Amino acid sequence: MTEIAAHDAPQGTVGIFSRRHRLRWTEALPWVIALASYFAFPNYLALGSQILATILYGLSLDLVLGYAGIVTLGHAAFFGTGAYAAGLLAAHGYGEPFLGLVVAAISAGIVGCLTGAIILRTSGLTLLMQTLMVAAMLHEAANKANSITGGADGLQGMEVKPVFGLFRFDLYGKTAYLYCLGVLFIGWIIVRRIVYSPFGRSLTGIRENEARMHAIGTPVFRRRLTAYSISAALAGVSGALIAQTTQFVAVDAYGFERSGNILIMLLLGGIGRLYGAFIGVPLYMIAQDQFAEIDPVYWYFWIGLLLVLVVLFARGGALGTLERLKARWSKR
Amino acid sequence: MTEILLPAISILFHGLAFAMVLYLISVGLSVTMGLMGFVNLAHGVFAMFGGYAATTLMNRYGVPFPLALLGAVIIVGAASVVFERVLYRRLYGGAELDQVLMTIGLVFMSVALAKYFWGPLAQLFQPPAVLSGQIDLGFREFPTYRSFLIVCGGVLVTALWLGIERTRFGAQIRAAVDNLPMAESVGINTSQLFTLSFALGSGLAALGGGLGAEILPIYPGYATDYLVDFLIVVSVGGLGSIRGPFFAALLLGITDTAFKYLLPELGSFFIYALTLALLMWRPRGLVGSA
Repeated sequence: MTEIAAHDAPQGTVGIFSRRHRLRWTEALPWVIALASYFAFPNYLALGSQILATILYGLSLDLVLGYAGIVTLGHAAFFGTGAYAAGLLAAHGYGEPFLGLVVAAISAGIVGCLTGAIILRTSGLTLLMQTLMVAAMLHEAANKANSITGGADGLQGMEVKPVFGLFRFDLYGKTAYLYCLGVLFIGWIIVRRIVYSPFGRSLTGIRENEARMHAIGTPVFRRRLTAYSISAALAGVSGALIAQTTQFVAVDAYGFERSGNILIMLLLGGIGRLYGAFIGVPLYMIAQDQFAEIDPVYWYFWIGLLLVLVVLFARGGALGTLERLKARWSKR
Repeated sequence: MTEILLPAISILFHGLAFAMVLYLISVGLSVTMGLMGFVNLAHGVFAMFGGYAATTLMNRYGVPFPLALLGAVIIVGAASVVFERVLYRRLYGGAELDQVLMTIGLVFMSVALAKYFWGPLAQLFQPPAVLSGQIDLGFREFPTYRSFLIVCGGVLVTALWLGIERTRFGAQIRAAVDNLPMAESVGINTSQLFTLSFALGSGLAALGGGLGAEILPIYPGYATDYLVDFLIVVSVGGLGSIRGPFFAALLLGITDTAFKYLLPELGSFFIYALTLALLMWRPRGLVGSA
C-alpha cells in the first residue's frame, strides 16, 4: 500500500478521478491494527474474530445502504442464510471451511436476488417493511423447522475441518482470527473495487437522484438488484464465518437485532464511507463486551442516547465528524 | 354446524378486540407518517408509556380506571409535544435513515428506562369490577372486558372518522396530507398542525396502550416486540389514512387470532407472508394516498 509520489500523479480533472481510487496510506491502518491486535491481545482473539466477521457484515450493509441507498431493516436474512448454509454443511460432514463460505455466499446471494427482485420495486416505508418481513419470515421458518435447524435450541454438532487442511480451529481462536482477517481482506478488496467502479458510481448516482439516473439511461432496477445480491452474498459469508468460528448457529442469526445492531454500528462509524464498519463495529462490540456484562439495561440506554445524539449532532458518525474537523482545520 | 360456527364466532370476537387495540395504537402513526413523512419507529414507546402510566395510576395510587386512562393520555400527549418540538422536528424532510436510527435510539432508551423504573415483569392490569367477568349475549357468554374493548373501539373509530371528515382540524390534516406546500400557501399553520396531530396520535396510542394492556401486556420489550404489528397495520393500511389502518387492523387482528387458534405453528410466518404479498399488490397500502 504505497503512497503515490506527487510527480507522477495525473493532473486536472482526470487526475482527481483517477487519484480517487488509488490506495492511500491510511487504508493500510485497519490491517496494521488488526495484525498488531493479534499479538497484543492474545486473550481476546475470540472476540476479535467476531469483530472481524461483523466488519464484513457491516461492509456488505454499507454497499446497499451507504452506496445504493436502500434502507433495510432485514439484512439478517442474508447473514442468517449464510450462517445456516455453512452450519448445515459442517453438521453433515462437509466441514471444509472454504466450501462452507462459497456455499454460504451462493445461497445468500440467491436469497438476495430472489427477494430483491420482489421488493426492490418499492421505496420508503414499504421497502423498509418488506425487508423486515423477509427477515421475519426466514426467522420464523428457521425457528419452526426443528428437524433441520434445531429450532430455538440452535444448530449443534458442527465439525469444521482445518483451514487449508493444516490449521485447526484452536481453543484460543488464533486460527479463527487469522481466517476471519483473511476473508475480510478479500471481502474488502471486492467491495472497494465495486465502490470505485463505474457500477459503484452509478449506484451512488441512483442514491442521490434516481429520476436523473433513469433519464440518462441507467437500468436502475437491475443495478440495485445486482448490488443487493452482491451485498447479500457478502453478508452470507460473514454469517458463515461466525458460524464456523463459533461452531454454532442460533436462530437469532435471522433476528431483528442482527439487522438493527449492524445499522447502529455502521452509523457510529459513518455510513457510505467504506471504512465506517471498520470503526463502528469494533467500537460498538468492544464497548458492549466491556459494559454490557455489567448491566445490559444501562447499555441499551446509553447506546440509544448515543444514537439520538449522533443523528442530531454528528451526521456521518465518527468518519463524518473527522471529515468536518479536517475541512475546518484546512480552511484556517 | 355449531362445531364450525362457535370457534368462528370466538375467533371473530377476540380478533375484533385485538384489532381495536391495534387500530387505536397505530392510527396516530399512520397520520403522522402520512403528514410529516416521518418514519417513526418509536411510536410504540408512547403506547407503552401510556400503558405504564395507566397501570401505575391504578395500581399504586388507586385512581379509578377511566381517570387513569385520561391521565395516561394527557401525560403521554404532553410529553410527546416536547419530543416533537425538540427531536422529531429537526428531522422533518430529512433522510429516512436518520429518522429510522433516531427513533430506534428512542426505543432503546425507553426499553432501558421501563426496565429501570418498573422492572422486567409485565404490569398487573385489573379492569374495574363492572368490566371483569363474563357477559351473556343471549346465545353465549363473552368476556366483558373484551366486549367493552370492541364497543370502545367502535365509538372511538366513529369519533375519529367524524373528526377527520367533519371538523376544521380534520380538513386541515387531510389538506396537509394531500399537498403540504399548497396547504401552507392557503394559510394553514402546518407547524402547529404537526405538533397537534403528533400529540393526538401519541395520546391515542397511550389510550390504546392503557386499554389494551389486557391483550398486549405492558412490559419493557413492548415497544420493540409489537413494533412489527404496528408497522404492518400502518404500511398495509396506507399512510396518512384513517380508514386504511382500520381495515388493516381488522385483517391482522382476525387473521392472527385465527392462526393462534387453528394453526399456531404457522401463525407469524403466514402473517408476514401475507403482509409481503399485500405490499407487493398495493405498495401504498390498501387506502394509501401519499
